[in-house]
Amino acid sequence: MKNIKFLILGIFFAIVLSKSQAISWYRFYEMFKFQSFHMYGIIGGAVVISAIIMQLFKSGKIKDINGNKIIPKPKKKGYISTIFGGTLFGLGWGISGACAAPIFVILGFELIPALILLFGALLGAFLYGLISKKLPN
Amino acid sequence: MDFILQPWPWFIGGPLIALSLFLYFYFGQNFGASTNFETLCTMAGAGKVSDYFKKDWKQRDFALLFVIGLIIGGFISSTYLIPDANVNLNPTTVKELTELGFSNVANQYFPDEIFGKNAFALKGFLILLISGILVGFGTRYAGGCTSGHAITGLSSLQLPSLLAVIGFFIGGIIATWFIIPMLF
Repeated sequence: MKNIKFLILGIFFAIVLSKSQAISWYRFYEMFKFQSFHMYGIIGGAVVISAIIMQLFKSGKIKDINGNKIIPKPKKKGYISTIFGGTLFGLGWGISGACAAPIFVILGFELIPALILLFGALLGAFLYGLISKKLPN
Repeated sequence: MDFILQPWPWFIGGPLIALSLFLYFYFGQNFGASTNFETLCTMAGAGKVSDYFKKDWKQRDFALLFVIGLIIGGFISSTYLIPDANVNLNPTTVKELTELGFSNVANQYFPDEIFGKNAFALKGFLILLISGILVGFGTRYAGGCTSGHAITGLSSLQLPSLLAVIGFFIGGIIATWFIIPMLF
C-alpha cells in the first residue's frame, strides 16, 4: 500500500479546495465576471509558488521520494486542440462552476448533482476517445 | 480549531494548493485531475469500443486513490469543517444573481437553481449533464484541466497551457456573461 499517501493527499487537497471556497459555484461566477480577487489570488498564488517549486525540480535541487529527477510531463501541443478544447471546458466550468478535481470533491457535498456532472464528464471523455483521431490538433 | 472552521483566505488556499502539487510530484507522479475521467472510462470497459481506452488502468492506481481521497475530503469538509457555508461574495455579484432570479445567493456553496432538488428537474439535470459533457470532452481535447494546465502547465512555463487557459476563460466568460442570463 505504498500509494496510500495519494489517498491522504487527495483528502488534504479536497479540504484545501473546500475551505478556500474554490469549489463554490458562486466563486467561479464571480471570477469570470471579474468581480472579486479571491479566485485570482488562489490560482495566481498557487501558480507563482509552483513556478518556484518547478525551478527547484528543474535544477535538480529537489528530487522525488525515490531519488529521481522530477520532470513535469510536456503538455501535448496543438493550437486548435488547446484553445478550442479549452473553450469547451471553460463553457462547462462556467455554467456548472465545477472543473475536474472539484467534481469529485462536490460528491461529498451534493451527491446526486455531482453524480450527474461526473456521468456527463465520463460521457464527454468517452466521446472524445471515440472521435479523437478525426479532430484537428 | 477556530481557524479551521473559518473560511480560508486566498493567501492560505493558494500556497496549500502549491504544496499539494509539490507533494504529488515529490511522490513521483505528474499532478493533474482530468486524466482520471479517461481512466474511469477504461475501467468501465470503454476499451471494448475504442482502442483509445485500451490502457492498463492499474498503472494509475495512485491517481484513483487520489480521487477516492478527494471524495472523502469533500465529505469530511461538508460534514465537519464548514459550519457556516456563507460565501463572502462581492455585493454586485449577489445583486446581479438575485436580479436573474437566483434565491439565497451565496448562503451556501452551490445555488439551489442548479444543484439541490433542481438536479431532479429536467432543466437542472440537463444543465449539469451538458456542462459535465463539455468539461469531460474539453479537458481531454485540451489535454488538461485547471490542475494540469492552469497550475502545473503555467508554472512549468508551457505554451500549450497558456493557450488552454486562454480557452478556459473564453468559455467561462461566454458561459457567465451570456449563457447563464439566457438560462435564468
